[in-house]
Amino acid sequence: MKAAPFEYSRPADLDEACALLAQDDSARVIAGGQTLVPMMVMRLARPTRLIDINRIAALSYIRAEDDAVRVGATTRQCVAEKDATVAKSIPLLAKAIPNIGHAATRARGTVGGSLANADPASELTLCAITLDAVIEYRADGATDEVPARDFYIGPMITALPAGAILSSVRFPVWRGKVGVGFHEINARTSDFAFVSAAAQVELGDDGKAKRIAIGVGAATDFPIRLDSAEEQLTGSTLDENSVREAVRGALADVETLSDLHASAEYRRRVAADLAVRAVRDALAMAQGH
Amino acid sequence: MRIELDINGSKREVEVEPRTTLLDCLRDNLALTGAHAGCEHGVCGACTVLFDGIAVRACLMFAVQAQGSKITTIEGVTPGPGELSPVQDAFCETHGMQCGYCTPAMILTAHALLANNPEPTREDIVEAISGNICRCTGYAQIVEAIALAAERMRGTNRPTELQT
Amino acid sequence: MTEAGHRFVSTDRRVREDRRFVVGKGRYVADIALPNAKHVALVTCPYPAARIVSIDKSAALAMPGVHYVLDGDELAGATLPLMTGLETPNVPRRPLAHEVARYSGEWVVAVVADTRALAEDAAEAVEIDYEPLPFVLDAEEALEGKVLVHEAHGSNVLLDKTFTWGEVDKDFAAAPRKLKLRVKWGRSSTVPIETFGVVSSWDPWREILDVYASIQMPRYADQIGIALKIPVSSVRVHHDVDVGGSYGVKRGIKHTVLTGYLSRRLGFPVRLIEDRLENMRGGDAHGPERLFDVEVAYDDEGIVSSMKMRALENVGAYAGRSPFQLGKPVGAIVGPYRIKSVQYRAVAVVTNKTTQEAVRGFGQAPTNVALERTMDEIASVLGLDPLEVRRRNLIRAGDFPYTIPSGTTYDSGDYQLVIDKVFKHTPYEELKKERDALRAKGLLAGIGLAAALEPSGGNAMFEALLNPKITTTTFMDSCRINVDGVGCITATMHTTSSGQGHETLVGTVIGEVLGLDPDLVRVTRPDSLNSLPSGTPVGSRMAIMLGGAAFHAANKLKDKLLAIGAHDLGIPRERAVYERGDVYDRGNPEHRRAWADLVQIAYRNYHRMPADMEPGLATSHVMQVPTGGKLPDADGRVQMYPCTSFEFHLILVKIDPALGRPEIVKYRVGHDCGVMINPKIVRGMTMGGIAHGIGAALLEEFAYDGEGQLMAQSFMDYLLPSSHEVPAVEIIHHCTPSPNTVLGQKGSGESGYLGAPAGIANAINDAIRPLGISVNTLPIRISTLGDMIAAAQEKK
Repeated sequence: MKAAPFEYSRPADLDEACALLAQDDSARVIAGGQTLVPMMVMRLARPTRLIDINRIAALSYIRAEDDAVRVGATTRQCVAEKDATVAKSIPLLAKAIPNIGHAATRARGTVGGSLANADPASELTLCAITLDAVIEYRADGATDEVPARDFYIGPMITALPAGAILSSVRFPVWRGKVGVGFHEINARTSDFAFVSAAAQVELGDDGKAKRIAIGVGAATDFPIRLDSAEEQLTGSTLDENSVREAVRGALADVETLSDLHASAEYRRRVAADLAVRAVRDALAMAQGH
Repeated sequence: MRIELDINGSKREVEVEPRTTLLDCLRDNLALTGAHAGCEHGVCGACTVLFDGIAVRACLMFAVQAQGSKITTIEGVTPGPGELSPVQDAFCETHGMQCGYCTPAMILTAHALLANNPEPTREDIVEAISGNICRCTGYAQIVEAIALAAERMRGTNRPTELQT
Repeated sequence: MTEAGHRFVSTDRRVREDRRFVVGKGRYVADIALPNAKHVALVTCPYPAARIVSIDKSAALAMPGVHYVLDGDELAGATLPLMTGLETPNVPRRPLAHEVARYSGEWVVAVVADTRALAEDAAEAVEIDYEPLPFVLDAEEALEGKVLVHEAHGSNVLLDKTFTWGEVDKDFAAAPRKLKLRVKWGRSSTVPIETFGVVSSWDPWREILDVYASIQMPRYADQIGIALKIPVSSVRVHHDVDVGGSYGVKRGIKHTVLTGYLSRRLGFPVRLIEDRLENMRGGDAHGPERLFDVEVAYDDEGIVSSMKMRALENVGAYAGRSPFQLGKPVGAIVGPYRIKSVQYRAVAVVTNKTTQEAVRGFGQAPTNVALERTMDEIASVLGLDPLEVRRRNLIRAGDFPYTIPSGTTYDSGDYQLVIDKVFKHTPYEELKKERDALRAKGLLAGIGLAAALEPSGGNAMFEALLNPKITTTTFMDSCRINVDGVGCITATMHTTSSGQGHETLVGTVIGEVLGLDPDLVRVTRPDSLNSLPSGTPVGSRMAIMLGGAAFHAANKLKDKLLAIGAHDLGIPRERAVYERGDVYDRGNPEHRRAWADLVQIAYRNYHRMPADMEPGLATSHVMQVPTGGKLPDADGRVQMYPCTSFEFHLILVKIDPALGRPEIVKYRVGHDCGVMINPKIVRGMTMGGIAHGIGAALLEEFAYDGEGQLMAQSFMDYLLPSSHEVPAVEIIHHCTPSPNTVLGQKGSGESGYLGAPAGIANAINDAIRPLGISVNTLPIRISTLGDMIAAAQEKK
């Protein structure tokens, strides 16, 4: 399994990278390569040029901003995994990242790479959608941004324009009594999940849910938010039965994926169960504050 | 392309195509055949090398990308001709292998683990090697090897802080 | 000294092979760089069945670095079809598809280029015109024969043989109860981490084809020579290639004939190292895919008097050795139970799937699942404990040697005692309490038992049993020992190994016989032209056969030393005693000759040698497999493997009913393989076998879609157990020596794998039985189990 031939560029900065990308329709950006290289050696992807952005230092950072944390595109997953700012301000990410692949792939895989790749089972994509993250990209010397919920438009398809490079992602930070939960089910620990669920809860002083976000991943072409459940549960005590009913209702009409590993029915049913667990964990964590 | 790689503490120059993976470069250009190809798509871990001390899959990196980092292969942790490192010796003591194909990768992963965590629990060890597939051993004697290595290495003399 | 009086055997010695592996100095086929070698990449058929209409090589030939493009027509014209076990001349098997391709992934064209990458580039440029044909994937459909995989064969049936041993009809008529069960073993395999690879190099002046391969195959050199139409004495297989795991499957004969032909044709070494895609789709290393229909006759006590079993095997598109995988289980067809009569129908059909190869256990693991699920179902019907049902049916210690209805005599065993030992270690009642506590928490939980035999020794009489034209009763292995002129010992073994520690085995046995440190025994692997016959490591035979041959060769050496010593001491032979290299006079121990003296005499002092004795100190032994030696009788009764090891699995499983994912909570296995020559090696085998078993039971499947495409083409979809999936296992040992072997040793190369899938299946069934459901198809997928549980809960 050897990749088809390609040219290699290692631009010094992001604009140079964009320029190279714009020059060639069949050029591709490589960051961690943990997903792209397997596709290339199986000749499912055949870029004529690889634009290596790994060593553009300006793209690798984790920065606290107003009510948000911005993570640079080439930040290694293993770095984000252990980062103190992430742990404190985006605990959902800290909980989700250890589920991504293996330590050896997190050592190279990047936050931006995973988001741009848009695998339906991607933990980072699920977090981005659940937290209403904003994806920033660079193209033609200008920076633009797209909310995560609009960024994902199909299985492994994003709204990233041709010639654009994802440059960072901004995760909003929730303050107060915040709790998170993350669950996934797979055949082996660290496999692509059959289905996953993420939840973030902010409790009011009355102990009820002031805000709640619930996302389900790997069950559909891209992760979804359980909007109707969130509506129903806002202001509630998040008792188990209400959560279960709301979540099941939100998933009732969702067309779930069916493949070698799991049936559509399994995904729908277990998505609900994992979402309930995620909310339960989030509630417990928020109450612990 | 002519590139320079830092392998086991030495600078080595090689002529590679961009599409040559680090694994193929090590094996074919540098005769470092201790890293093995098991799947070439990043799942089995038999190609593991240390990249700036961290275990990575050499089959998922193109050699041209590896310029500027320190690469350590199994040949680089072997102390000298006929000698074994404490980790290598521990693997021999517990028979933490059978066919040996995944072994260099397991040993490098163990080295990386123990460099950061000198007192790993069984769970730590299981987690650390979970990205390396072994088809022969069922893992028991590998886990024991790493635990034994950790124990022996903890018992070695370590320099103490100088008092000034 | 061990309990049995051994100095080295059964002690905790390091495995000498490990030293080279831990430093990355194993010598695997891909490490071997012959000067001027070129590389092969394959062009594979994308359809499950297609006529090859035309092949346009021109674009490929024009690409850089390309030397040759070989198609099936040319190869078929120059070579003979590959060897098969059954008489199926209209189902020829060749390295490259000839006129018709019969599975998706079958190799159609081979491209030879300067590098593998260039060969792959050129492979993409080969243009092939196919005419897709109808195809069949399911074994039962194949049996119906509406779509034929091989037109000329007239049906899809390679084998359909029924054996009736004992009064089956009478026993069924007399029995108060009967039970039917269908069990499906899904298509999986042992999938080593190293793929198959071979480098073939033809020297036209010496007329020798050098073959370096990651091989585990009996009669490898023979098959190469026959297919290439060259003398077998022109084939030199290098046995000193380390094989990165095989567990049965690395037969690589089509790869070897392909590269052998190319090397002879082109005049340089030719190298084919399968990539993982080639391996999974077209390496022809899939394992059994077997459908069992079992019917048992039993009484109210749960005692089984008779069994009928039909085993339907989906061997894939071509017949290799795989149909014989239906025959090996005949040698343990009743498992460890006293079933009086058996009717066994073995059916092998071709379909448009990848060709199957021999897998660890050669059909025994799937058969054990059928047997053990049946035992549990009997227990369920009668409301008896599954352990009790087994105890009532097990062969007793006093019954050995015990001859089963199909003619094999089990050598020794004490199954009840092994089981007792396991429960002494982990009391049954406590395990049940643990299970019940999990159930009280709302989880599903179950205990699974499996009692299974490992026939060992490789008396492969299933060949003659399934193909009466085969009259082979000889199954050999060999060892040669030479003490050199300075007194160093070198022993040779005559096959490759894939991690079983055979060099350590040989050293240990020779050291034991000679009373010398095994590490002083150099063990080498001469090539096939310098070797004595070897049956290779199959059928869990090497401890018995290579160990046996080494033992006998060492004893011959010892006898020679005694004769030389006695003669030189001037004493009768009976008074001479050998001890750790010295020979002394029993009546006067001071009167002795040391090792160095004996070597001196043998090498340089012919005048001091006994009359007419060969000088030097070279001995060898070629050993026939113990027991057997007869062809099957008219009823198909025959002695197969000489020894039977025993294993008893005790597994506690929990399942979160909402998720359907089984988790192994506790795993105990009782294991009796007779005398263990090296305990570290045996433990590794058992643990590795259990890992394979977990994979087969829960994770691994070569699944096909409705279009005949293999869905699990890479390790992303073919899921191998990692360290997370294999729990801690406690092995409880027992030793019932074999009366048939030199040291009492039995085989253990398949241990764990033979019982684990059965035990896991039983544990899961115990867990879900309260819901009124059962599962008898492996692998037991999480989604399937989850959906079954949800449906059952909804009904309640």
